[in-house]
Amino acid sequence: MPSLNDYLLLSGILFSIGTAGVFVRRNLITILLSVEIMLNAVNLSFVAFGRSLGTADGQIIVFFVMTVAAAEAAVGLAIVIALFRHRESLNPDTFTTLKW
Amino acid sequence: MTLFYFFGAVAVIASLLVIAQRNPIYSVLLLIASFGALSGLYVLLDAPFVAVIQIIIYAGAIMVLFLFVVMLLNAPQEETDFDARVHPLLRPAAMRLGAVLAIVLVVELMWSLTRITASGSFPSGAVISVATIGRRLFTDYAFAFEVTSVLILVAMVGAVVMAKQDTARGGK
Repeated sequence: MPSLNDYLLLSGILFSIGTAGVFVRRNLITILLSVEIMLNAVNLSFVAFGRSLGTADGQIIVFFVMTVAAAEAAVGLAIVIALFRHRESLNPDTFTTLKW
Repeated sequence: MTLFYFFGAVAVIASLLVIAQRNPIYSVLLLIASFGALSGLYVLLDAPFVAVIQIIIYAGAIMVLFLFVVMLLNAPQEETDFDARVHPLLRPAAMRLGAVLAIVLVVELMWSLTRITASGSFPSGAVISVATIGRRLFTDYAFAFEVTSVLILVAMVGAVVMAKQDTARGGK
């Protein structure tokens, strides 16, 4: 049986991949996808800890994280659409001014 | 044990390909594969409820939202000549700083996890049923649950306000 450590290692690897995506990529959609990878890595560790402690709290927190992720994706994608309408670009380097 | 390694490998490889991919549509589809593998891991962790909502909400709803926006924007795959020539993971030093930070994060996480000496094997217990989760959700977590509904409402209104055409200023 894989232990809690194995799940935490996998969660750490996935979280680091998400972080690398946010830092390395220069496409707003891919950056939002990387944020989703990070949220899922944290979800995995929540479920693993909940299984380890034998309580339902881990799974309930995951439920709330998913709800917040849905709200974040909706608002984030609306901002992306608004930005794209202004500049015809998805490169975050394009949006360096606060007002235009 | 083998299933754990299979699902873990699929999740890691698909996530790596998500950030290495040029075309956002392939990124979204690979992320759905990664979420499917994570759903399998939740089943291995005796969490069927989370496994199911991972597929229904994440892979079904949120990723379709992403896919819809990617196709709606019909954006060019890469922005500049430089982006077209150089792969995102092979950029010069200043741009690789973020990758270095991520590698440092990996090393530190792995180092801290290898220092755990206690055995982390799971206790044998009954699967937590959906009924238990539902009961906890509407008793102990009732306030958070209601606040979540307000959050969703605000997100919905915010998304509509931000994404709609600016007709007051003549639009674009």
